[in-house]
Amino acid sequence: MKRNDDTQVDVQLSREEIRRYGRHLLMPEVGLEGQKKLKASSVLLVGAGGLGSPLGLYLAAAGLGRIGIVDFDVVDSSNLQRQILHSSEDVGKPKLQSARKRIQGINPDVEVATYETRLTSENALEILQEFDVIVDGTDNFPTRYLVNDACVLLGKPNVYGSIFRFDGQASVFYAREGPCYRCLYPEPPPAGLVPSCAEGGVLGVLPGIVGTIQANETIKVLLGIGEPLVGRLLLFDALKMQFRELKLRKNLSCQMCGEHPTITHLIDYEAFCGINPPPTDDERSGEFEMTVEELKKRLDEKNDVFVLDVREPHEYEIVNLGGHLIPLNDLPARVHELDSSREIVVHCHHGPRSQRATEFLVQLGFKKVKNLMGGIDEWAAKIDQSMVRY
Amino acid sequence: MPTKVLIPSPLRGYTEKQETLLLEGESIDELLLQLTTKYPALKKHLFSEDGQLRKFVNVYVNDEDIRHLQKEQTRVSPKDVVSIIPSIAGGKR
Ligand SMILES: [Zn+2]
Repeated sequence: MKRNDDTQVDVQLSREEIRRYGRHLLMPEVGLEGQKKLKASSVLLVGAGGLGSPLGLYLAAAGLGRIGIVDFDVVDSSNLQRQILHSSEDVGKPKLQSARKRIQGINPDVEVATYETRLTSENALEILQEFDVIVDGTDNFPTRYLVNDACVLLGKPNVYGSIFRFDGQASVFYAREGPCYRCLYPEPPPAGLVPSCAEGGVLGVLPGIVGTIQANETIKVLLGIGEPLVGRLLLFDALKMQFRELKLRKNLSCQMCGEHPTITHLIDYEAFCGINPPPTDDERSGEFEMTVEELKKRLDEKNDVFVLDVREPHEYEIVNLGGHLIPLNDLPARVHELDSSREIVVHCHHGPRSQRATEFLVQLGFKKVKNLMGGIDEWAAKIDQSMVRY
Repeated sequence: MPTKVLIPSPLRGYTEKQETLLLEGESIDELLLQLTTKYPALKKHLFSEDGQLRKFVNVYVNDEDIRHLQKEQTRVSPKDVVSIIPSIAGGKR
């Protein structure tokens, strides 16, 4: 991979910087020229969460000239288990604020550019074109396809990382030299088929490992040294402590980077990923839905309501409504435990799993089944504040 | 002689939590048929309505994507390790 190699970098390092980066300067692969390249370089982090945290810290420490961050979330206490850019005192504040503070605390010479927005088809090209390398640390398919497509259109390397439970993936998608993300996966899974980290959980250390791998690849790409993960998919299994590698090849019929690309501009990625706009209040008060307030009323009035909990047993152990537990995956095999003549209210943690369970039961002919909107978390927030939230 | 098939963690909920299965078959087609016969709930995660392997699920024989071999007709032997690699998106939240 060649980047910047042939161009002389016209930045200088101060005495202080030479001392700070001494351990880099000692290695001929980096050296004074390499360190100057890093100072002249810019990297965009898409997401200041689990993957973005170690990336921000190490890239700042390494002496990058400019680090951009796109994020619009505020810090939640459930982020602190893995998002080490943020501290307990940052809860409730924008992630960009704590990210900037930590990065500049490590290295005040780094210029931090923050974009407090969702990355969209409208703003992506404008934001991404300001940076040499883009690092994908997002949590959803629409943004991953958006980042990929924008990088292909702009000819920029996309340093990819993804995590789920104990599993991690990393690669460098750089269409000029190898495959892009669409060569690997031409299409996303339909919404709801694959659980997210918010549903499936994730080991807190895992984004630390995958994010530092991304930081490593980013620096190699910027310096033009070693063998970046172009054309290779690295798989990491934290339980087995095992790394594997799969070959990735450019798909000549790739819609984005193949011989005859059919996608030549950014599209509507929410629609592409099968995500419908959020329902309006009218649509929400649907036939197969119930609010937590409504359920409370029914239970208080001692109406006959059968509460079905489709979470996992270990979640039930944390907190429950005393409902009948059938994990979503077991529902098809255990549906005979349900009495379709009774009113059934289905709930999970936040709502997506119980929504799928409700749709499944309706398809089977259940008429009196309702999805508890917002799940047990909404109940704990609005009805019974003594319950723990997780 | 059976071939080793590795099940990724998002799909282990459909294989009684098993991550390694030993299945009989001489091609990817045969292995996947055995897999979905044994675990019918997996079927909709691996195949679309028209029976095509889904585009967000890749199958590898050792380190090579079957799309670059003979697709589902790719031959396998007991020495091979077959991996199913679906796309995952997590990272930020
Ligand atoms: Zn491509």
